[in-house]
Amino acid sequence: MYEVIAFYIFAISTTILFLITVMSKNVLYAMTALAAGMVMISGFFFLLGADFLGVVQLIVYVGAVMALYAFAMMFFDATKDIKEKHQNPALVFLLGGLMALVFVVMFSAPIIGENVQALYPIVDGVGNAQAVGMVLFTKYLVPFEVAAVMLLVAMIAGIILAGKKMDYSLTECEVSDQELEDEILKGEAK
Amino acid sequence: MEIGIGHYLILAGLLFSIGFVGVLRRKNLLMLFFATEVMLNAVNVAFTAIGNYYGDLSGQMFAFFVIAVAASEVAVGLGLLIVLYKKYGSLDLETISSMKG
Repeated sequence: MYEVIAFYIFAISTTILFLITVMSKNVLYAMTALAAGMVMISGFFFLLGADFLGVVQLIVYVGAVMALYAFAMMFFDATKDIKEKHQNPALVFLLGGLMALVFVVMFSAPIIGENVQALYPIVDGVGNAQAVGMVLFTKYLVPFEVAAVMLLVAMIAGIILAGKKMDYSLTECEVSDQELEDEILKGEAK
Repeated sequence: MEIGIGHYLILAGLLFSIGFVGVLRRKNLLMLFFATEVMLNAVNVAFTAIGNYYGDLSGQMFAFFVIAVAASEVAVGLGLLIVLYKKYGSLDLETISSMKG
């Protein structure tokens, strides 16, 4: 009974919060709604018995990714509303129809896969974090290492992309790019 | 009444549609990033629900890797956004686009 109540509370709140994220004109409101929606999403993981995934969702998404967005928003002008003009609704309908086809396949997956055998079954008497660790460091060890290298590459890319010309103002560009480069060259010559 | 896999899949489909609509109608790059995050979260819910249905840990594993990919995507993407903002002074796709067609 509690599971049903919890599911519906989480479902309604995530839907509303993500709708705010998608429809809002203000960047700050959209980001806050996205962070709150991710907290609610982690509730589903706890309901589904994936405790470790829920904790990772809270730490990585709500902690790290949203903090990155918050930092990035300091570079952009987040106070004024975003103006967008919309065009070509026919394409939207076409792509929506294609996506509906994908959903049909997705919802029928449990029906088609009646005789699917669990490759890495959930072990009884072992906590979720322990079971995840056992599978992650045996069967999924190579993807795990590749993901680690990918994160390293992403970190270096982020530092290099964001770190250039960090000491110059972004919002007040009274100097042109050429002048900026000249100034940097002068600074290096000194 | 019991919450089955159908409930979770329908919810995941709904959230994915919300993110998809966001990707289609947003013209601001930062908002596009938010919409992709919504889509990735919806897929994670679907993965975990199907893994729970079969009693299999693979669904959770794929959700972990999706989270890792999303984290690195945000790191690189935000760096690119900052460079774009320095170059054009705006994140609007209409003003940034330089090609016709």
